[in-house]
Amino acid sequence: MNYRAKLKDNFIYLLAAMMLMVGCERELSDDSVLATNPKKGEVFTDNFVSMGSDFYFPFLGAKPDVFSVDNEEGYESDASIRIDVPNANDPTGGFAGAIFRSDAGPRDLSGFDALTFWAKASQGVTIGEFGFGVDFEGDVHRVALTNTSLSTNWQKITIPIPDASKLTQERGMFWFSAGSQGTGGNAYTFWVDEVQFEKLGTVRLENPFIFDGQDVSLNVFVDQEIGTENLGAIFNLENGQNLSVSAAPSYFEFISSDSNVNSDFMFNDQDQFVTTVDNTGTSVVTAQLANQLALGSLTLNATGSFDNATDPTTPAANVTSVYSDTYTSVTGFDPGIFAGSNIGNISVQNFGGNEHLSYQSVDFVGLGWDNTIDVSSKTTMHIDIQLKSAAGSNVVIELIDFGPDDTDNGFGGSDGTAGGFNASNLLVQDDWISLDIPLSSFTLPTGGGGSGSPNLSNLGFVVFVSNNGASFLVDNIYFYN
Amino acid sequence: MKIKSQNIVSKGFIFIGAIALLNSCEVDTTQTVTTFDNLVMSDEFNVDGAPDSNLWTYDIGDGTNEGLPAGWGNNELQYYTDRPENVTVENGYLLITAQEESFEGSSYTSARIKTEGLFEQAYGRFEARIKVPYGQGYWPAFWLLGNDCDTNTWPACGEIDIMEYVGDEPTRVFGSAHGPGFSGGESISKDFVLENARFDTEFHVFGIEWSPDYINYYVDDVLYQQITRETIAEQTDGQGEWVFDGPFYIILNVAIGGDLPGSPNSETVFPQTMLVDYVRVYQE
Repeated sequence: MNYRAKLKDNFIYLLAAMMLMVGCERELSDDSVLATNPKKGEVFTDNFVSMGSDFYFPFLGAKPDVFSVDNEEGYESDASIRIDVPNANDPTGGFAGAIFRSDAGPRDLSGFDALTFWAKASQGVTIGEFGFGVDFEGDVHRVALTNTSLSTNWQKITIPIPDASKLTQERGMFWFSAGSQGTGGNAYTFWVDEVQFEKLGTVRLENPFIFDGQDVSLNVFVDQEIGTENLGAIFNLENGQNLSVSAAPSYFEFISSDSNVNSDFMFNDQDQFVTTVDNTGTSVVTAQLANQLALGSLTLNATGSFDNATDPTTPAANVTSVYSDTYTSVTGFDPGIFAGSNIGNISVQNFGGNEHLSYQSVDFVGLGWDNTIDVSSKTTMHIDIQLKSAAGSNVVIELIDFGPDDTDNGFGGSDGTAGGFNASNLLVQDDWISLDIPLSSFTLPTGGGGSGSPNLSNLGFVVFVSNNGASFLVDNIYFYN
Repeated sequence: MKIKSQNIVSKGFIFIGAIALLNSCEVDTTQTVTTFDNLVMSDEFNVDGAPDSNLWTYDIGDGTNEGLPAGWGNNELQYYTDRPENVTVENGYLLITAQEESFEGSSYTSARIKTEGLFEQAYGRFEARIKVPYGQGYWPAFWLLGNDCDTNTWPACGEIDIMEYVGDEPTRVFGSAHGPGFSGGESISKDFVLENARFDTEFHVFGIEWSPDYINYYVDDVLYQQITRETIAEQTDGQGEWVFDGPFYIILNVAIGGDLPGSPNSETVFPQTMLVDYVRVYQE
């Protein structure tokens, strides 16, 4: 095409476009958007709105049948969502919790700034969590308002949307989780009504936060994956009150000061949102939400590669292994088959293809596996332990033998036996220590009631006990002769 | 609002279309000026630095220099200064910033500027385009005082509050008049509440139209209060006196704490700034 002619054509088009604009076509951008999801805000008014038919999904472990539409109670109406929170000892589930997920396709909520609803309860109670963005399909846009106090009078609850531009195709319209911790385990009822996304215009984002607004510093290793936690935002509402909500990482943009040190944040194979340490150095991770800098930061100090425990050299023929990359080990290994108060602080870490176990602030924790193992022909237990807490941390290793019945049925007159070995004085902070413990040394009585020197033909558990909250890493647990 | 279209003059013919667009479609956020259409004073705050000394002067301190008890008669907590960290002009805006700091025995600093002796006028349209801070304890204001308050003791000299606001009610402002028989907590006052918007997240125009017979109060294009001699008589059982016929001067300030807003709390964010886009005064 002749260049000059093209220019001229474009000029005419431009003039035409300008004349259109002068004609006050202010809605042009709206009209010209390609097919989008419905921009509907109502979830429940006097009944469910555009939610389809299959929209109610209880949480795992929650009492499933707590939800009904109440056609007598309502906020300025005769209909509301009724939730009957069960007694704590209800055999079908000790709490109420569920999501309301649009079964009529996703919605475009980007034009709203808050989820609002009216709520009241049969007595004064605190509801654990209300929110939106939970769809049981990744919960990518999860937002939670915690500890909402309800009375017997209707009140309006506002949950601001951290960044509505992210919600162009959302199915997680509403969710709640409520227990009876505040009512002595007794059942109660609450109602919600007029559930809808609104454009209030009166919600001010005060500040987003990561790591609860704290500046966190971590010593990390190359190849380590580091997650985010305690993300959210504080809003100032029309009534002048500040309100804090927790928000999923997807609402944030994370910025690392040195992208050579750590990768962009992304979801790993376990659906955890993490950054991976690539190289040594220091990198400061900050975040923005809706172009506003979040309070809090994460400084990663990567000093080098993680030193794994030394690979064992005992011939495999002489070994019965519980946990080791070097040997074929027990099936169904569970690093925390039972625990005291800190089961959440048990994790499996992997550096350079070599796994180890991490235990933080342990009181007691049991390691289990399928069936039992017979180590009666072995003489020694090997275990590599790297103490992470300070020197003086108490760590006792216990062996529990289920006895000939191969069943964990305690020690009271049954065939179970158990004994312990105190390793405390042998451990060194931040160094792998290889312990080779004669099986005749497990002589201490155990916390579970064992009297020491257990049988070894039907070994079912290895247990770690600490009376002062030790933290440590563990690798290569095996028995040999 | 600022005439932003000037920025695209260099874009050639597109400018023509843009002007046409503005003329036909612009939402007019200025107020209807009928009787008061003669612009006699304007500060657009287009020169960076201290406010124009031909127009603005300062109240400094905690009020004791003026013979008031510390706190400007309202138990306010701030110490007013003329330092740039409290008052300056930047990027087309007047910035009055409240800081939390120990200063001359006070826990907060801020600024209060006024046109006393520099621009004083009876009657007219007084307006300013302002964005205010938020949070408990903030008490910004745009107001007028009679220029004879030194000799004719307040409230006899008269006070017209065009805009007052407390930071824990971010959608509400109020306009008031004070005179003999209706002052302080007994002033004649009315509030205006925004629907679906806040005063701290966007600019709004606050104005009065003041004639010998009335004071009309506006937020943006909404007239929400009219005070007349009759209003004063009705609300004071005939005791109040219309004292709004002499020259008044303009005051812009951000107070912290005091009887009206209460003290800042742990959630109140410091520093925060009141931004003033312009102050304009018209006469008949």
